[in-house]
Amino acid sequence: MSSQQRQDVPADLAIVTGLKTGDQRAIASLYDRYSSVVYAVALRVLGDTGAAEDVLQEVFLQLWRNPDAFDSARGSLGSWLSVITRNRAIDSLRKRRPETDIEDVVLSVAPDLAGEAERSRAAEKVRGVMGAMAPAQRTALEMAYWEGMSHSEIADKTGEPLGTIKTRIRAGLIALRKSFHADRSTGR
Amino acid sequence: MSEHEQYAEDLALYALDALTGEDRAKLAQHLAGCSSCRLELEQLRGDTALLALTAVGPRPPQRVRQRLLEAIAREPRGHAVAQDRSVRGWWEWLGWAAAAAVLILAFSLWRDNLVLKDTLASATSREAESVRQMEELRKIAAPIIDPEAQRVTLVSAKAPPQPQGKAYYLKNQNSLVFLANNMPPLPPQKAYELWLIPTRGNPIPAGVFKPDSRGNASVVNPPLPAGTEAKAFAITVENQSGSLAPTSPILMTGAGE
Repeated sequence: MSSQQRQDVPADLAIVTGLKTGDQRAIASLYDRYSSVVYAVALRVLGDTGAAEDVLQEVFLQLWRNPDAFDSARGSLGSWLSVITRNRAIDSLRKRRPETDIEDVVLSVAPDLAGEAERSRAAEKVRGVMGAMAPAQRTALEMAYWEGMSHSEIADKTGEPLGTIKTRIRAGLIALRKSFHADRSTGR
Repeated sequence: MSEHEQYAEDLALYALDALTGEDRAKLAQHLAGCSSCRLELEQLRGDTALLALTAVGPRPPQRVRQRLLEAIAREPRGHAVAQDRSVRGWWEWLGWAAAAAVLILAFSLWRDNLVLKDTLASATSREAESVRQMEELRKIAAPIIDPEAQRVTLVSAKAPPQPQGKAYYLKNQNSLVFLANNMPPLPPQKAYELWLIPTRGNPIPAGVFKPDSRGNASVVNPPLPAGTEAKAFAITVENQSGSLAPTSPILMTGAGE
């Protein structure tokens, strides 16, 4: 854990505690720390500023209404918000009802996204791993993540067998995980 | 192929909400009863969070912040939508012929209003008390949670730094904060696991953690069974995914102070 992350944990804890007690200042702090992450993810999925603003509003309001949905023992607040935002943006893109309740979204280990410097370094790392992937694997992963396509839709679009798509997506995620585990074990 | 291996690839799709139809339903059913697959799903969701890092773009416009704060102000916790209490149309519809009934209703409303005022005054007083208590708690907790606070542990001048853990547990609120320092580094794939030792029954997993380069670590509000009485807390070394029961000797333990 870096010094930035050590500082983020108590700050996030104070925000979550404030949300649980209904302190409206906590939502302002939450916004100031994470609105850029949430907005960037929503805008990348939706490509429309108005729709991205709506998703941002919905994500923060959901956490305000149900602060217990975030389990601070399992993953960082920034990572959790990015997953929730991506899911809500995909639901909006595909004009469907939410597939997953926010209470059901639990992360295990994930890097913290609160600090600009941490985020920038981690993003560089992710881009490196994605760039090193075979193009077909990268495409399958991006179609699933940013376009919200199902495995059968990806198979139809790319002409690849279903099983191949499944394998590529899982292998892609595991490759990302391994790159960060390698960083932790080497202390980078 | 084991049952878990069979689901491994579907779990990645499930984490992305990219699994549909019968496959999704079948996996959801399996997840309900399989803790190891649930753990893998949590890790895969953590992996998907990494992909979010590649999203870059402008900051949201200032009006978005204002819009959110206004929505929060209009929506007190637990009341999603304020009910429309307007009854003007009803009054107009009744007309003069219902004047007598209206007077009775008005008297009833006036009486209810007095009761409501009392209730509101009492609630306002309770809220003010809660706010005051929260402020006091914030002041007390500030040296613990403020990132600028200096943290100093005093030990015997001749003793080398010893691993130390502090658990703060509120049984009634199901809330646990654990802080550790001077923890020795671990081999790859291994992690420390905190255990709540109940007054009766087996140790309960209370969070997996790895110390940073200075040996510091924390666990905040791990999932625990509600209202569990803790006799003690303990730490073992486990695989980094965590164990449901201790598989190695206890390294550190402590009972309530």
